[in-house]
Amino acid sequence: MIETVRTVAIVGFILVGLFFTLVSAAGVIRLPDVYSRAHTASQADTLGAGFALAGVALALGFTTTSFKTVLLLFFIFITNPTAAHAIARAADEEGIKPWTTDDDRTDADLYEEAMADE
Amino acid sequence: MSTTISGLLQPAFATGEFITQVFLVSAALFMLLALAMFYRAVKGPTTQDRVLAVNVLGTNTVVVLALLGAGLGEPSLLDIALVYALLNFLMAVAISKFTVERGGVL
Repeated sequence: MIETVRTVAIVGFILVGLFFTLVSAAGVIRLPDVYSRAHTASQADTLGAGFALAGVALALGFTTTSFKTVLLLFFIFITNPTAAHAIARAADEEGIKPWTTDDDRTDADLYEEAMADE
Repeated sequence: MSTTISGLLQPAFATGEFITQVFLVSAALFMLLALAMFYRAVKGPTTQDRVLAVNVLGTNTVVVLALLGAGLGEPSLLDIALVYALLNFLMAVAISKFTVERGGVL
């Protein structure tokens, strides 16, 4: 009985992790500018990785390996948003203008701008 | 209960065979999502977009390593995943620093 609950919990964690990672992948590919992409990369991807690692930790039980997985989970929860923040801040320092709803610049225009700056 | 070294993790598994398959299949799916990041890494348009895409790819790689470590019963892959996570974070911060003040610290 308890084993069944654990199996269902592991599969559930991994499926939720896959869902959030899919959301983050769609966001990084589809969203219009670097700031919105940094947003999806720092939130959806962190949650997706967190759920998947929680599933792994649950499957391994009380072992040293499981402890390492939990350590990895906490590490990713701290570093991933920090890295996204650093990247977004670097983009701001470079002078990249955020995309707004009345903005009709396409990816090609943004590319031209980025090339012109260098 | 398995007594081989590679089977050390086996007793801790919930229901052996099935959960191993779940880990391996989900590792493959995570790999596909990681490969999708190459689109943004190649297309750009700015340097920061590329760094961000490689950062997300690295996070997915860490998850794939952890899932494979559990699925194949290889605890050493968890250590590799830890090192990879550290290097991934260092890469993102270092390149961000480099693009802002080129010729400064880096």
